[in-house]
Amino acid sequence: MSAVETAPSYVSRVPARTGFPQLLHAEWTKFRTVRAWVTTTLVATLVLIGLSWFAANGSHAGFCSGPPPGSCHGEPPLPVGPDGEAVVDTYFFVHQPLTGDGSITARVTALTGRISTEGNAVRAGTNPFTESRPGLAEWAKAGLLLRPSLRTGSQYAAVLATGSHGVRMQSDYVHDTAGLAGAVSATSPRWLRLTRVGDVITGADSADGVHWTTVTTARLHDLPSTVQVGLFVTSPAQPRGFAADGEPTYATGHFDNVAVSAAGASGSAWVGGDLGGGPSYRTFARGSFQQAAGGFTVSGSGDIAPAVRGAGAGGQPAAAGLVGAFAALIVVAVLGALFMTSEYRRGLLRTTFAATPRRGRVLAAKALVLGAVTFVGGVVGAVIATAVSRRVLLANGNALFPMSGLTEARVAIGLGAVVAVTAVLALAVAAITRRSTDAVVAVIVTTVVPYILSMTLSGSVGTWLLRLTPAAGFAVEESLTRYHQVANSYSAVNGYYPLSPLAGFAVLCAWTLLALVVARRLLRRRDA
Amino acid sequence: MSTAMVEVTELRKRYGATRALDGVTFGVEPGRITGFVGPNGAGKSTTMRVILGLDAVDSGTALVGGHRYETLAEPLRAVGALLDAGALQHNRSGRNHLLWLAHSHGLPAARVDEVIDLVGLGPAARRKAGGYSLGMRQRLGIAAAMLGDPPVLLMDEPFNGMDPEGIVWMRGFLRALAAQGRAVLISSHLMSELQDIADHLIVIGRGKVLADTSVEELVATVSGQWVTLRTSASSDASRVLTGAGGEVNPSGVDVLTVTGLAPQRIVALLGEAGVPLSEIAAHRASLEEAYLALTRDAGEFHAAATEGVAR
Repeated sequence: MSAVETAPSYVSRVPARTGFPQLLHAEWTKFRTVRAWVTTTLVATLVLIGLSWFAANGSHAGFCSGPPPGSCHGEPPLPVGPDGEAVVDTYFFVHQPLTGDGSITARVTALTGRISTEGNAVRAGTNPFTESRPGLAEWAKAGLLLRPSLRTGSQYAAVLATGSHGVRMQSDYVHDTAGLAGAVSATSPRWLRLTRVGDVITGADSADGVHWTTVTTARLHDLPSTVQVGLFVTSPAQPRGFAADGEPTYATGHFDNVAVSAAGASGSAWVGGDLGGGPSYRTFARGSFQQAAGGFTVSGSGDIAPAVRGAGAGGQPAAAGLVGAFAALIVVAVLGALFMTSEYRRGLLRTTFAATPRRGRVLAAKALVLGAVTFVGGVVGAVIATAVSRRVLLANGNALFPMSGLTEARVAIGLGAVVAVTAVLALAVAAITRRSTDAVVAVIVTTVVPYILSMTLSGSVGTWLLRLTPAAGFAVEESLTRYHQVANSYSAVNGYYPLSPLAGFAVLCAWTLLALVVARRLLRRRDA
Repeated sequence: MSTAMVEVTELRKRYGATRALDGVTFGVEPGRITGFVGPNGAGKSTTMRVILGLDAVDSGTALVGGHRYETLAEPLRAVGALLDAGALQHNRSGRNHLLWLAHSHGLPAARVDEVIDLVGLGPAARRKAGGYSLGMRQRLGIAAAMLGDPPVLLMDEPFNGMDPEGIVWMRGFLRALAAQGRAVLISSHLMSELQDIADHLIVIGRGKVLADTSVEELVATVSGQWVTLRTSASSDASRVLTGAGGEVNPSGVDVLTVTGLAPQRIVALLGEAGVPLSEIAAHRASLEEAYLALTRDAGEFHAAATEGVAR
């Protein structure tokens, strides 16, 4: 007895080092040494690419003329504005040249309109005016326009009266400043004036033609000496609820007191015509103008505005290729759940916790490793899926909204982050439920199902699902810009999410964080 | 001052109405093999999990080298544990299982190969663990326990599923570890597995430590050991031995059966009193019988103690 008690006690001769980096290394080793998990990550990437390719393959667009088979061609490319953004530039313009500095003034005394009752399917041979009802689009426009050329997508500045947003000064498609409020009528006419001084265009309005107020100024770059000035009317398609397309509309404006004053020569004849038309924007009918002693009556259909996807314009967002994302989320949810439940299945968790008694750190290390791996898979998948589906969509005749490299990078990184955080969400739920099927079902029901429902449910239910559930993270796919000055159904179907990409991602992160906090509590409290 | 490398004190833990641990107290000394024996469900595994900080107790403490396991900076360097050899990811190789464990402590792959050699796992280490026999899994589990070269080893039923050759190897291996000065705690529900290897025994039954003793002492203290002696002065002998606390019964002419006193003590007592003694014989139960008697009594005691307690 006493002999054994005095035996020298042993001291480990292995130099060890513990800390979070070592823990990360251990969890990474765990991950990479199970081939099925590495394969599953690749599968998620391939599903994202493959499903996106498949969806792009099924999206054909274009126009055919003549009896079948006829001659068909793809959608024309969307017009592009001065800053590279997609624009609509379709309007009726009554114009004359203006050389050097000068101004144009007119009074708008009436603005009325009609709304098609045939939706976008304005059939050839039918009279759009009989197949319509009276009504004025809220962003119907009648006003003064100055532009260096009639080329579609060129720079411009305009001051105009609208259907229900008062007087506006607009320039280069995206800029919009409010002037006098209120609708135009004979008793409440609007005086408008555009003044050019060099490259600076000033828009002004007045209720009486005496007291003028500057709405704002716009600077147009490298303006030539001679520009086109005149009266324009256009009327954009009206959104119809949740539907992807809208109703074409038509507006008629009445102008009087039209005056062009120029430092140089002036007094040319007025020329009128439909500009920028074509199949890329749904219009009601051709425009027209009449010049009489009392002034001008101008009618038109279309819009001068940034293009949005929905009411009026076709075209696919360049990030449309990411429809496969939801399937990739299902795959990484399975991966995340398995990465956790494999610890429970045969009691491996005891070995893990015996090596690292700080359980919260183990959860953090697992989440980081899983998140990093799936992030890379998601980004790679998004980049390839976008590139592949862009090629296929273009080959199938689809017009694409332009997307800047920065936006493309943001979408790819955002999607990678959503894939990663969703995998971590599944991991956290699996740590709570200890069963992978429960965790996978929970993630699909809270993330993928709301996303799909939001694509099919009309109205506010779908919108709220995309605000409140983890599916809000899909907002990172948004590559289109919404504009207050363009009426549209800014719905998920059209590629517009109710939350900004960052806010949507934050909602997903908040849910995941909540699941992680609960998981950490349970891991620490439960016997391993 | 205790020299114990592992000290558990008054561990209590209930699962619902069941007392899994009911005041478990013992120490594991370095340089020897401590057998931790008791029937299935006695609390052996629970106690080991508590020592490793895996299970929480309602009260009591478990210290390793004077510290709670959860506070150890480098646990694998302090304790090597083999709880369940089957706790493996089946589609990961044995070597990779050791590798992630090693990485958690910043140990290099070379250390992994060392312990693979140490347990004789050999080339099987690179195969998927799902295909291992139970014996190979035990070896892998011991390799994992040895990664940090720890001074304390806790092994839950390490002989389970091992073939005779493996058992011989394991005994030699564990003996060598103890000889190096490590504290080795081995649990088993079979006394026979421990009787030739354990230097010390902790017998547990129904969450209570029934004996914390050497093998010899255990045999001596349980009922079932008795001494027969032949004396011409049987009444004198009875008086002396009863006075010393023995229980004496005549079992023939000049023959007495004594329980409760060890043979050496009987000889000494009778010698001091001048009582003649012509023959003395010790009868001892085997260790297995001793163990069975002990744990059976514990069962009866437990039943009696819980009588009248609402369940």
